[in-house]
Amino acid sequence: MTSAAHPFVVADARRRLRSAKDAAARVVVTAGGVAVIGAITLIFVYLLSVVLPLFSPASMRAGQAFPLPGPAGETLHLAVEERAAVAARYTASAVIFFDTADGTVIERRELPGGATATAAGISDLAGGGVVLGLDDGRILPVTAEYRVRYGDGGRRIEPDLAYPLGEDPVVVDPRGRAVSAVAGRFDRNGARFVSVLEDGGVVLTHVELRTSFLTGETEIAGTGSRELAVRIGSDELPVHVLLDPTQQWICLAAESGEAAVLRRRGNDYVVNERLRLADPGERLTSLAFLTGGISLLVGTDRGRILQWFPVRNAANEYRLQHVRTFSGSDSPVTAIAAEHRRKGFAAAHADGTVGLHHTTSGRSLAQRRDGAEPLTALAFGPRADRLLGAGDGRLLQWEVDNPHPEVSWTALWGRVWYESYPEPAHVWQSSSASNEFEPKFSLLPLSFGTLKAAFYAMLVAMPLAILGAIFTAYFMRPAMQRLVKPAVEVMEALPTVILGFLAGLWLAPLLEANLAALLLLVVFIPLGILLTGWSWERLPAGVRGAVPAGVEPALLVLPVLALGWLAFALGRPVEAAFFGGHLPQWLSGVLGIEFSQRNSLVVGIAMGFAVIPVIFSIAEDAVFGVPKHLSDGSLALGATPWQTLVRVVLPTASPGIFSAVMIGFGRAVGETMIVLMATGNTPVMSWNIFEGMRTLSANIAVEMPESEVGSTHYRVLFLTAMVLFLFTFLFNTAAEIVRQRLRRRYSAM
Amino acid sequence: MAKAGSSWWQSGSPWIWLTAGAVTLSMLAVFGLVVLIAVRGLAHFWPADVFAFRYAEAEGRVDTVIASVRGTETVTAARLREAGLEIAADLESVDRHLVKTGNRDRLGHDFRFLLEPRIVEREQPADVVVVERTEWGDQLGFLREVKESGATVATGDEAWPALLARIERVADLRSHIRELERGRVAAINYALEQLRLEQRRYDLDGELTDARRADIERRRTALEADYAGVQAALEALYSDIGRDSYVVEIQDGSTVELPLATVVRAHRPNLMGPIDKLAFWFARLWEFVSDEPREANTEGGVFPAIFGTVVMVLLMSVFVTPFGVIAAVYLREYAKQGLLTRTIRIAVNNLAGVPSIVYGVFGLGFFVYFLGGSLDALFYPEAAPSPVFGTPGLLWSSLTLALLTLPVVIVATEEGLARIPRSILEGSYALGATRAETLWRTVLPMASPAMMTGLILAVARAAGEVAPLMLVGVVKLAPSLPIDGNPPFLHLDRKFMHLGFHIYDVGFQSPNVEAARPLVYATALLLVLTILVLNLAAVHIRKRLREKYRALEG
Repeated sequence: MTSAAHPFVVADARRRLRSAKDAAARVVVTAGGVAVIGAITLIFVYLLSVVLPLFSPASMRAGQAFPLPGPAGETLHLAVEERAAVAARYTASAVIFFDTADGTVIERRELPGGATATAAGISDLAGGGVVLGLDDGRILPVTAEYRVRYGDGGRRIEPDLAYPLGEDPVVVDPRGRAVSAVAGRFDRNGARFVSVLEDGGVVLTHVELRTSFLTGETEIAGTGSRELAVRIGSDELPVHVLLDPTQQWICLAAESGEAAVLRRRGNDYVVNERLRLADPGERLTSLAFLTGGISLLVGTDRGRILQWFPVRNAANEYRLQHVRTFSGSDSPVTAIAAEHRRKGFAAAHADGTVGLHHTTSGRSLAQRRDGAEPLTALAFGPRADRLLGAGDGRLLQWEVDNPHPEVSWTALWGRVWYESYPEPAHVWQSSSASNEFEPKFSLLPLSFGTLKAAFYAMLVAMPLAILGAIFTAYFMRPAMQRLVKPAVEVMEALPTVILGFLAGLWLAPLLEANLAALLLLVVFIPLGILLTGWSWERLPAGVRGAVPAGVEPALLVLPVLALGWLAFALGRPVEAAFFGGHLPQWLSGVLGIEFSQRNSLVVGIAMGFAVIPVIFSIAEDAVFGVPKHLSDGSLALGATPWQTLVRVVLPTASPGIFSAVMIGFGRAVGETMIVLMATGNTPVMSWNIFEGMRTLSANIAVEMPESEVGSTHYRVLFLTAMVLFLFTFLFNTAAEIVRQRLRRRYSAM
Repeated sequence: MAKAGSSWWQSGSPWIWLTAGAVTLSMLAVFGLVVLIAVRGLAHFWPADVFAFRYAEAEGRVDTVIASVRGTETVTAARLREAGLEIAADLESVDRHLVKTGNRDRLGHDFRFLLEPRIVEREQPADVVVVERTEWGDQLGFLREVKESGATVATGDEAWPALLARIERVADLRSHIRELERGRVAAINYALEQLRLEQRRYDLDGELTDARRADIERRRTALEADYAGVQAALEALYSDIGRDSYVVEIQDGSTVELPLATVVRAHRPNLMGPIDKLAFWFARLWEFVSDEPREANTEGGVFPAIFGTVVMVLLMSVFVTPFGVIAAVYLREYAKQGLLTRTIRIAVNNLAGVPSIVYGVFGLGFFVYFLGGSLDALFYPEAAPSPVFGTPGLLWSSLTLALLTLPVVIVATEEGLARIPRSILEGSYALGATRAETLWRTVLPMASPAMMTGLILAVARAAGEVAPLMLVGVVKLAPSLPIDGNPPFLHLDRKFMHLGFHIYDVGFQSPNVEAARPLVYATALLLVLTILVLNLAAVHIRKRLREKYRALEG
């Protein structure tokens, strides 16, 4: 016999095993339970972690500064290559490419023929195109090109300077006056340039290009220059000139702030308007385009930067409109650099301050002052992660971390004046094919759509669900309850995708064709129900006695069906007689009410259907739970059932009904598939029941799969998801607390 | 009379009738909806009679239109005049028929409207045939000839039996081809892809020795040789299936000769008796649930969608059941009851009300991009840049839905636990059982029907949920099923098809909505039936459970 067989030892071992198992079970269950609860909080924490970077501020970190690479003297223009490893400095005599890490000159290209540049203008921001104005009445378009080579030493970037119109400068002024400002743009067939000469003359140059069929090379087919007679203010000298990418607009500005805007008519430019770009007495120190070439950025000697863009007025004319003002410092603006792919820019001031701004959100994001010398040229890297500035003797740079400048409280919720819009508006338009697109992230149209859809759904669901719940809980026979309650559960379980599909493909066309019938139905059904009830109670008692009380809904089935049929039968004749044959057409033609097939009415009915069971079951629970002795007492005192219901039962159950409505509302707010399928998903803001909407949830379903991970759009979509989460969570919690208190009150009665 | 009316009004009786009316309306809506879906969905498979209409077109021309009637509606004449149609002035309203003409390849449309007043005459030609094809939809017309390798083998009355026989042959060949393509070809392609990944993995690890390279090369050559063999067999089958053709005269009198290879089925609806029609109806119903979709999902079956839904729901159940039950047991039996558990309970309850799309967003961000991206970086560097788990797929969908249905299971299980009479637990403790033993031997068995209810409700919810799945894994057309013969057999990274999404996609994203509509109704019916059965089962189990406990307490 082994010791294990000893009864006490066995029992002891077993007891230990059992208690070990017990402890293990406790640990596993507790760990599992806590993990599940943790997972639930994880949802919120994760959503928050994605959203938070939206609101983290931008930062500028001073990078390596070094003496100006290349010859001393004025920097006419500065440009940075895609990876911000190489930059180009344009001086009077040469273009110097240098390494941004230490300022070593990689390549130095003298201007051909010993030309001397006196002005530079951007002809293609993203493509590195610049047009140089020379001191002898000629201009020279150049393009900085970068080739990336991978070799033993890793990546090497080889810069090169190309001449799109050849190395020979284009003569714009035969008299040889120096060019003091120049702007130019290329298109498929050629290029246009506007040059301001030293004595204030303005020359328009058109270069026509021809592509040879045989060699595929382009050559100049012809060049024509013509002096434009433009007067600015009281005959002031223009010092700034801009030509927009579509070559439709020229803006000439004088130092006093007076400006003239010319508009293209055929091959000619005529003055469209004259205006002041700055306050009286304020001097204009710098002028630049925002990316896209629509907005003008005007820098003044008071340190303000004003954004102007053309807006169509009531007379259908474009007029420049002052939209926003930014300010970084009180000292004059010396240079402005636009971001290449977003509507942001940087501005340098005479006191050495450099500030980052974003136009759409109206935010001034960051500011630094690393030295007192004024920077005369400023350039962003194409990825907006690097900012370079050239002063008299030094070249400064900053590492920029500015992932989400588009977002601000106003950008999300306020009216924003977007480019090309006639007035400030709430717009959601998150993406477009173009790089230069201005994203519009107003959450208001989506929130409005969400509330509108929920409102119409509640309008349909509330009366049906609450009235139905009252009858079911208070008047209905138990036998019938056993039929109705599972039916309501089935109703709750119906997938919303099916409701949405029926709403979009069956109900919407049906309603459009039978709108009058539906309106008749709304009138007929209640009247018909009352009429049926009235006649029923006037039947001989013998007939009534055969049917037990509490089955009224069954009695009403046939009358309701008959009324429905009647409404549909009368709908067409009514439309033909009163509404010109087609009610939707009549609505939009006579009353001016827009009608779209997939509209709020359809959503209201379909989503109302989805919400009815939610409200119904909770409200029924609340009414049914009212202690019997309360209603019994009331009935015993001689009150009618209805009086008892209205005076005793409903006041007691009202918190429960209220919480039912809240939970139903929460459900309607978050519903996705029905609105996705039953509306046109256009983010319009109008209470019109015959127009559609776009809700927060449908918007996520539509846009989330295409949104780039980590982009502002992605995070804004997460923000909307979090708003939905918090909204429904708070609503449901409030409703739940109300219900719990109610339950305690019932048990105390 | 007036007095009687006002006293009736004061008695509150009208209000009671109105509340009763609300119940009636709600019930009519539910039953009406189910009936609507059922009728529309099932009617689709019934072979409709085909008419030959003599129809007066706008330019005074009278054409023959061969078509089956799909629907009729009354339209006010004003509306049609608005649309630019000439309607006799004395007409107030007009009956408009939606008819299916088929022959999309020749006519450019499948459906058109016919106005009743313009129909000159209609007849039901007995021998009209309806040919279902793998492309371009149905073909309606009169069978003229059947050809074999270009030579006519049957005309006139003999043509029909010849056609049927040859359709059978083609179907046979087609199933052979499919077997080969889905089986062998797919397996070889899969193996080749695995080889490429293996080589890349060695390459990345710097372990690609010459021996390994040679081994991989050898296996690749073997596979390619195998592939060449299958390819030859396939080519033979393809030339075989392309042998026959048939000639049909369509409504405009022109004849169309088409290869039989594209024909799925042919029938002559006007010659079919009720029994034939019923048999045909069942055949098409079976095709619907067992076959793959054709023509951008607008024809054929929904088998991959059924399969995908089932696999996803099963996986989800595997995740949600243990965690849901453990959380419920923890809340009810182990956690100290107090404010904290009350708060957690409210929170869990409310999670059921959080919009499902929010779970989708969380699943996409956390599971797909964060977890999936990390998994890819750690374990599948060889597949880069194409993601393995870093893209929406089956695993993430079932996890997301598990999270979504977790509250359902927790709430149902807790309810079951709460209903177990205290006396039973106390009895167990009194006999010296530990807590774990009591839990395992007494509590869980007694609560199992409640867990079952919870699980069934969770499955029903998951089967109908679409919005989150659109973000984390469903696609309109999956090239392969998530379970197949290639190891590891269950492919958690694959995208899948889903009944609910199928409804959305075919109904709203399809190029030919009118043709797809009946199929959408049928799919909807399938989904509704599944969910109805699941829910009624849950209701039933719960009812029995309650009665059992009532007996225990008594």
